[in-house]
Amino acid sequence: MAKPKVAFYWCASCGGCEEAIIDLNEKILEVADLINIVFWPCAMDFKYADVRKMADQEIDACFINGAIRTDEQLEMAKLLRKKSKMVISFGACSHLGGIPGLANFYDKHSIFDVSYKAACPSIENPENIVPETKVKVPEGELTLPAFHNTVKSLDQVVTVDYYIPGCSPAPYLTLEAIHKILANDLPAKGSVLAPDKSLCDVCSRNDTKPEKLMLDEINRISLVDADPEKCFLAQGIICMGPVTRAGCRKEGDGRCITVNMPCRGCYGAPNNVKDVGGKMVSALASILGVENEEDYDEEKITKLMDQIVDPAGTFYRFSLPVSMLHRTRSEKQI
Amino acid sequence: MKRIGVFICHCGVNIKDTVDVELLTEQLENYPGVVHIENYMFMCSDPGQNQIKAAIEENKLDGVVIAACSPTLHESTFQNVIEEMGINKYQLEIANIREQCSWVHNDKEEATRKANLIIKTALEKLRLNESLSPVSSPMTKRVMVIGGGIAGIQAALDIADGGYEVLLVEKKPSIGGHMIQLSETFPTLDCSQCILTPKMVQLAKHKNIKLYVNSEVEKVEGFVGNFTAKINRKPQYVNPDICTMCGDCIDNCPVVVPSEYDEGLSWRKAIYVPFPQAIPATFTIDTENCLGFDPIACGECRKACKPEAINYDKKPETFEEKIGAIILATGYDLYPVEKMAEYGYGKFPDVLNGLQFERILSATGPTGGKMLRPSDGKIPKEIVFIQCSGSRDPERHNSYCSKICCMYSLKHAKLYKHKVHDGQPYIFYIDIRSGGKRYEEFIQQAVSEDGVIYIRGKVAKIYKEDDKMIVHGMDTLTGKKIEIKADLVVLAQSMIPSEGVNKLIQNLKLSTDEHGFLNEAHPKLRPLESIQSGFYLTGAAQGPKDIPDSVAQASGAAAKVLALMSQQEIYHEPIIAWVDEEKCSGCGICISTCPYGARALNFDGIAEVNEVLCEGCGACISACPSSASQQRNLTDDQINNMIDIILQDNLENSLEKEDMI
Repeated sequence: MAKPKVAFYWCASCGGCEEAIIDLNEKILEVADLINIVFWPCAMDFKYADVRKMADQEIDACFINGAIRTDEQLEMAKLLRKKSKMVISFGACSHLGGIPGLANFYDKHSIFDVSYKAACPSIENPENIVPETKVKVPEGELTLPAFHNTVKSLDQVVTVDYYIPGCSPAPYLTLEAIHKILANDLPAKGSVLAPDKSLCDVCSRNDTKPEKLMLDEINRISLVDADPEKCFLAQGIICMGPVTRAGCRKEGDGRCITVNMPCRGCYGAPNNVKDVGGKMVSALASILGVENEEDYDEEKITKLMDQIVDPAGTFYRFSLPVSMLHRTRSEKQI
Repeated sequence: MKRIGVFICHCGVNIKDTVDVELLTEQLENYPGVVHIENYMFMCSDPGQNQIKAAIEENKLDGVVIAACSPTLHESTFQNVIEEMGINKYQLEIANIREQCSWVHNDKEEATRKANLIIKTALEKLRLNESLSPVSSPMTKRVMVIGGGIAGIQAALDIADGGYEVLLVEKKPSIGGHMIQLSETFPTLDCSQCILTPKMVQLAKHKNIKLYVNSEVEKVEGFVGNFTAKINRKPQYVNPDICTMCGDCIDNCPVVVPSEYDEGLSWRKAIYVPFPQAIPATFTIDTENCLGFDPIACGECRKACKPEAINYDKKPETFEEKIGAIILATGYDLYPVEKMAEYGYGKFPDVLNGLQFERILSATGPTGGKMLRPSDGKIPKEIVFIQCSGSRDPERHNSYCSKICCMYSLKHAKLYKHKVHDGQPYIFYIDIRSGGKRYEEFIQQAVSEDGVIYIRGKVAKIYKEDDKMIVHGMDTLTGKKIEIKADLVVLAQSMIPSEGVNKLIQNLKLSTDEHGFLNEAHPKLRPLESIQSGFYLTGAAQGPKDIPDSVAQASGAAAKVLALMSQQEIYHEPIIAWVDEEKCSGCGICISTCPYGARALNFDGIAEVNEVLCEGCGACISACPSSASQQRNLTDDQINNMIDIILQDNLENSLEKEDMI
């Protein structure tokens, strides 16, 4: 049997997901023996034209990382979808919109203002030039892909068959996925190829939770000396572990937890949670000051909640584009 | 797919005038899953119910939506209808298009549109409803009464007479509570002890009652019908089977301490009988004051005891009892007078609280029923009673009215006058609350026949001059300052929840009001029950109360308990939480959130639901971060589908999809 044809592509991402593939280390040789890489712009010399020339569904499995934020990414996502039997959304940005998705708190114009105009101290741009899709220069017309107003996850623009979550995905999950593809041993389409329980399930600190978990203050990890063995929530530090899918390490605690950092939520929520941020707010609200609820008046509640710095960015750090709201309302809608 | 029938009620004109029922019928005819739809003038009437039954049979329906009034009104009516037709009653949904639609709108077109959406949400919910059966567990037919005052005694007797076993747990060495300390009771002036002691004896002899004195409930686990109570009992150092009640031990005991029964107005020994009619009638050793536990220091009573009934080596016992229901009759204490510095209590021996005055009036009291004041044993000729001492004073003391003080201060004045004919009682009051049978007549009689003088106003200060207590106050009716040279002052202290109850309440997870009195499930319609099933409230533990009210409430709570005990099994609504074990990570947030103690981690680290304890409030479901907890027949999927159907129109019209995804 011919070796399966595999493609890798990146959209709006930091490049960490490409690194995550390199992080297979010596196993990458084993993988390279099993598959035939037909497209991987980051690592090998392929052109878009090569893809266009392929027959439809010629690629057996296509791993796409990064969010969709420009016309070029949209076009390539659609093209690769057409040319692939299976599209795997790879990494948090592709899966959930990721860190680039936080741009959905703003719109295209305000982002350009900050990045190219006076609001950006490191740029000198007296004419207030911002990227245009077309610009005439003496040599002719230059084009740039259009910059969208809204960042989207991959599955908001094309059908996705499987997801490998994480920022970045744990190499062992990638390897497992590749073996599953080779063995044709895959779960139902649309599945996330990671455990379906939240991080607390594997967390060694879960046993340190008091019988009644209650937060009467919120601490920031950067401002306290966190106990390396105690549940972060029990220390008043917001940990997204309860709403975040486990799987970032093959065994033992989550990656961040092992280095005494609370979970930031990059693996997204377990299957049936619709809105990670909303769920976390709801869970947190349920345990904030729960023991002495009667003593809390409006002022005290506000004071307690004000201790959460940047709630939207904390609770939707990786998932704003796939949240129920997707983005803040644009001026057009208002 | 379910075969659903929709039945739209006109409710006479109540719905039909505002909602176009014919149009609705037409609109929903082809809605997915609807195989039958009709409207009728009164769906709840007999012909209406028969129409539903006929439609169920004819169309082989397995789900029914009734679009009519609020489910609180007729949900059970229609549940019975479909159950009769062999459909599980949880396959019924009520679409409330009356209270939530026709009654609150005028615009017929808009109201019809809204009614349409309400029915669609009911259809969406029903689509995913499971057939459920009530949760059942066996009933332990034993009852624990906590507190041995009049309320606890009455409740225990009523339940025991009903044929069920009762455990009565009392903290003190004898039952009787505060009522046994009282002299006579208002408004009939019958002797408190004369009416209470027969009940106490009856209780002690009752074959269905097990009495635990010197005992406290440490912990209660389980749920209605299946509680396990952990009870701590202080040791009984005197063996009642051997003791002959000769009293030699008392004569030889060298320790003298103030008597609780006489509210500190007399003395007792460290080995004592709390009062002559105490039940159980045995000697008790007060471990805090007895010296005998150090054999070098004392041991006089043991030496004196000829039958050798005394044994200092007994240890406290802790034991567990299985019970099905709990009655809380923990009673009251008086608001500590030490907190009322302005009245000089404690500083002046002739300023007393109400219970102390009861003891002076009582034939078994420190003066043998003679009206003598504590300081010098003289007969007080002028006596001042101060009502609302610590009550109705939100700035400094308690905001509430203690309810009984108006009556008992007057009773005190009257009884005093009966003993000292030439004496003059004064009562300072804010206003008189005499709501009770024959209470007002009691007051009028006291004023006209006994010459009790009422002064409307508060007392500012009391101080001592020679052997008189000078009472400074203001008569707010005349606006004049008042000064009375009294021989004795009696403070009608407000009632507070009895000491030590807080710990018990916390252990039992019961709710209290801001003053610490137990909260009833509903202030009007469920006054005898706690919100937590299986717990019942009686007497002053629930709020200040007089004897008739306490007894009535005790009998009421006993009736509730008897009704509960008559059931073989205990059933409750299955609309409760359940957990998907495949998804639960054991984070434990639900455990913190559950107000009923129904969630706990099992050995596999799954947060289980105790189906009997769960009241279906849904707190854990919204808190569950991984959506592993779901409410039966109110799952996230159902709620999302319901929201989707409501928002569908809006979504289609208002959002620019391309930009919004």
